Amino acid sequence: MAEKNTDPDAAVLSQAEIDTEIAAIHAEYRAQRDAGAPVETNARLNFPPYRSSLLRHPTKSLHHADPEDIELHSPAFGHRDVSALESDLTIQHNGEPIGERIIVTGRVIDGDGRAVAGQLVEMWQANAAGRYMHKRDQHPAPLDPNFTGVGRTLTGPDGEYSFTTIKPAPYPWKNHNNAWRSAHIHFSLFGTDFTQRIVTQMYFPGDPIFALDPIYQSITDQAARDRLVATYDHSVSQHEWNTGYRWDIVLSGSNRTWAEQEEEH
Amino acid sequence: MKLTPTPGQTVGPFFGYALPYAGGEALVDRSHPSAVRLHGTVYDGDGVPVPDALLEIWQPDEHGAISRQPGSLHRDGYTFTGWGRAAVDGAGHYSFTTLEPGSTGPEVAPYVLVTIFARGLMDRLFTRAYLPSEPATLERDPLLSSVPAERRHTLLASRESDGSLRFDIHFQGEDETVFLTYPNTPQFTGPVD
Ligand SMILES: [Fe+2]
Repeated sequence: MAEKNTDPDAAVLSQAEIDTEIAAIHAEYRAQRDAGAPVETNARLNFPPYRSSLLRHPTKSLHHADPEDIELHSPAFGHRDVSALESDLTIQHNGEPIGERIIVTGRVIDGDGRAVAGQLVEMWQANAAGRYMHKRDQHPAPLDPNFTGVGRTLTGPDGEYSFTTIKPAPYPWKNHNNAWRSAHIHFSLFGTDFTQRIVTQMYFPGDPIFALDPIYQSITDQAARDRLVATYDHSVSQHEWNTGYRWDIVLSGSNRTWAEQEEEH
Repeated sequence: MKLTPTPGQTVGPFFGYALPYAGGEALVDRSHPSAVRLHGTVYDGDGVPVPDALLEIWQPDEHGAISRQPGSLHRDGYTFTGWGRAAVDGAGHYSFTTLEPGSTGPEVAPYVLVTIFARGLMDRLFTRAYLPSEPATLERDPLLSSVPAERRHTLLASRESDGSLRFDIHFQGEDETVFLTYPNTPQFTGPVD
């Protein structure tokens, strides 16, 4: 892999070259599946079309660990950590942000189907022009003085969460020449076990950039990729106010035994 | 497990205005009589510091008790919540002020659970920063004893002359950190060496 250019600012490769690399990895995965290999439900850490992964993925297999007590618990978050207002990203300034007002809602459950209640959900995103309120984002699209793009909430008793925000736009990046990210919202989640900790990205249905986006395509399995795509839900849309998207998040299974789960009640 | 988990994705380059928060790195105040600094540098496969990584630590208190108290995001200065978050600086260096954890079991050597996120890293990685301890304590530990001897040092924090604990992280290379996976937490690395 040493011959590959790992400079994130190089942007020397074309989209067609990246597409060819992605297609080859996906074809190899499908062939392995046909030969009986397991489904890959996660993103690959070593995914060369995402150039920045080349020097930042472990080259050795992850080491199997049996979780100890600390891994079987998570930090507690409460109303002293998160205010109810933080789930509405459209009311953080004096005026209304520009863009399509949306509600993104869903449930956080674990791999055993249990609701993850009272846990922290964080999200952040670009604005309606594809620009982050981050000092290092140099994309020449306008900042919106009425939109920061950061939200937090605690899940409800049934694992439910809801954010009111603005639909983010796609934005350019330097992975290759004319590289664009699919529109997305970053999410950060905690479970009941720290081993369930996840940071991910939610996408919007039908994005024309999906096929071109090596971050989205780093998940080799189509069904697994689909799990990051919200669905439009008209029951979440509100008359003359917002459109609505639903996205349920499944954390990995708890590593606790049933008895340990019960102790928490 | 009945349901398939949602995949992770990279934290990307622009988490800096969203995830870090004031006081995130200070699980206790520096003036706490048992305060210790846990710090180190994150390196990529060329040995170059990674300037856009984020670390989280999660640990018991000095008696091995796991906090059930909220307040990590708005610390009150008195409650030890056991969890902290810090972004690395431009030189790839992170720093926490915390307590040295106690052990959570008779055979378990004391350690701080460390989670790493970074641009270019597609999914979070877990590792453990074990405190410098008696060799017998380390040898007894179920995880350490399962790690090949030549890689075990990557899980051990070292004591600096100023009393701080140093724990560097290497994504690749000769000192590649031992990263962990758990029984119900599948993770696919892609091709490995
Ligand atoms: Fe992003």
